[in-house]
Amino acid sequence: MALYSEKVMDHFTHPRNVGIIEDADGIGEVGNGKCGDIMKIYLKIKDGMVSDVKFETFGCGSAIASSSMATEMIKGKPLSDVLTVTNKAVAEALGGLPAYKMHCSVLAEEAIKAAVKDYYDKNGIEYPIDSPICPAV
Amino acid sequence: MKVYVDNAATTKMSRTAIDAMLPYMEALYGNPSSLYSIGQAAAEALQRARETTAKCLGCEAREITFTSGGSEADNQAIISAAALGEKKGKKHIISTEFEHHAVLHTLNKLEKQGFEITLLNVHENGIVTKEQVASAIREDTCLVTVMYANNEIGTIQPIAEIGAVCKEKCVLFHTDAVQAAGHLHIDVKKQNIDMLSLSAHKFHGPKGIGALYARKGIQLTNIIEGGAQERGKRAGTENVPAIMGMAAAFEEACGYIDKNSAKISALRDKLIDGLSKIPHSILNGAREPRLPGNVNFCFEGIEGESLLLLLDQKNVSASSGSACTSGSLDPSHVLLAIGRSHEIAHGSLRLSLSKWNTEEEAAHILKAVPEVVAYLRNMSPVWRDLKESKKKFIL
Ligand SMILES: Cc1ncc(COP(=O)(O)O)c(C=O)c1O
Ligand SMILES: [Zn+2]
Repeated sequence: MALYSEKVMDHFTHPRNVGIIEDADGIGEVGNGKCGDIMKIYLKIKDGMVSDVKFETFGCGSAIASSSMATEMIKGKPLSDVLTVTNKAVAEALGGLPAYKMHCSVLAEEAIKAAVKDYYDKNGIEYPIDSPICPAV
Repeated sequence: MKVYVDNAATTKMSRTAIDAMLPYMEALYGNPSSLYSIGQAAAEALQRARETTAKCLGCEAREITFTSGGSEADNQAIISAAALGEKKGKKHIISTEFEHHAVLHTLNKLEKQGFEITLLNVHENGIVTKEQVASAIREDTCLVTVMYANNEIGTIQPIAEIGAVCKEKCVLFHTDAVQAAGHLHIDVKKQNIDMLSLSAHKFHGPKGIGALYARKGIQLTNIIEGGAQERGKRAGTENVPAIMGMAAAFEEACGYIDKNSAKISALRDKLIDGLSKIPHSILNGAREPRLPGNVNFCFEGIEGESLLLLLDQKNVSASSGSACTSGSLDPSHVLLAIGRSHEIAHGSLRLSLSKWNTEEEAAHILKAVPEVVAYLRNMSPVWRDLKESKKKFIL
């Protein structure tokens, strides 16, 4: 299908890290059912690093592919790096997304940030950046 | 096996239609406005096509104007009725919330020009009643436009009844019959239809060609200005091959309506029965009266575009009313009009059948869809919340 790159289709049809982490250290859920994409990211943190990550997504092909790619990009990374992952980087790693689908990759970035913030909040650590996080509705 | 079940989007051309076109691209390529023989041969062919089209609708040949398709026919019908109304100081138009955008956007434009538009609500069953139309008609109503059958959910409207109401109240009645023509029996005189739009590519004819029926006496307003083709009402050298293909396809389709409908609706019913077994799903629109080929479901907890992409991987070509398939943030206005919530409307699937679909294909679909729905639900946070009773099921 020409709508999406091969990379997107690969991540869409074989998404990495799908599922949940029962004893997650941080959980982020963003998006809302009204506009069509919802993403939930579960983090396991060890020594300031993402030791495990899982996701669940309700959404279109690019939402699922972006979630999958984003989890790959942060797995095993220190939280400081995790917070620098942008939706542009996710989209680029996927070989690009159609312009009107870029908002789906924004959700991946926001879900990661929401999950890290959740972890920080639970551990009394101040969240270092003040980028807005859209809460799930 | 490739399973094409998006015939409401467009159809494969029939052999009859293709064969009817070829001579007008090869030997008989003349311009119908020319005096010499190959021009006149084309003009005669055009007249035959007009008669054929008229016969299928129960009208006269001169009441048919060929257009570039359903959209243009809808635009011209509505603009013409509005112009006629305006002359008499009547600037109120009645339509429905679930029309095609060719109708809705034309009405939006008229609204900006000072017309008042009433869009009737559509009942959850996908059907608008003659009573709704009757009670919306006012002294200054110049047009009622109600689609014959909805393109997404396939529900068939009580066209003859609405036509009778409009006739009684002396209001022009237009119907967008793009999804009905060639699939349902139409008789514009018996049904009191003043104007009707159709499009060839929905009944195995070529794309980019359609027709507008306008009862004689109704003066059309030009959308395209220029030469005197189509009795001066639609300029531009006629697309003779496409018109010939359309007439042949229409005649063929109309000749087999009962036979095709029996075959297609049997497959449709099998699909509806099978897909109804998927938990937390719902058929959109009443089961009857429904286009023979239309199946439209919502599945709670999943999103339509990913459903389509995965079905494509299983060689099923279908469509959805989800936002992510339309490029906008809103799901289908049709599903919203029949009262589906945004969340539910995102998870819709439309299967639209043709006479060429088979039992084997239906069996393949009935295996593929439940698998894909279950797979997507399994990775959906919405589904988890529903399953774990953190949210209430809507369906
Ligand atoms: C109900 C309805 N009206 C109008 C149209 C537009 O027809 P066309 O594509 O020929 O312009 C369509 C086609 O999608 C349709 O389904
Ligand atoms: Zn999306």
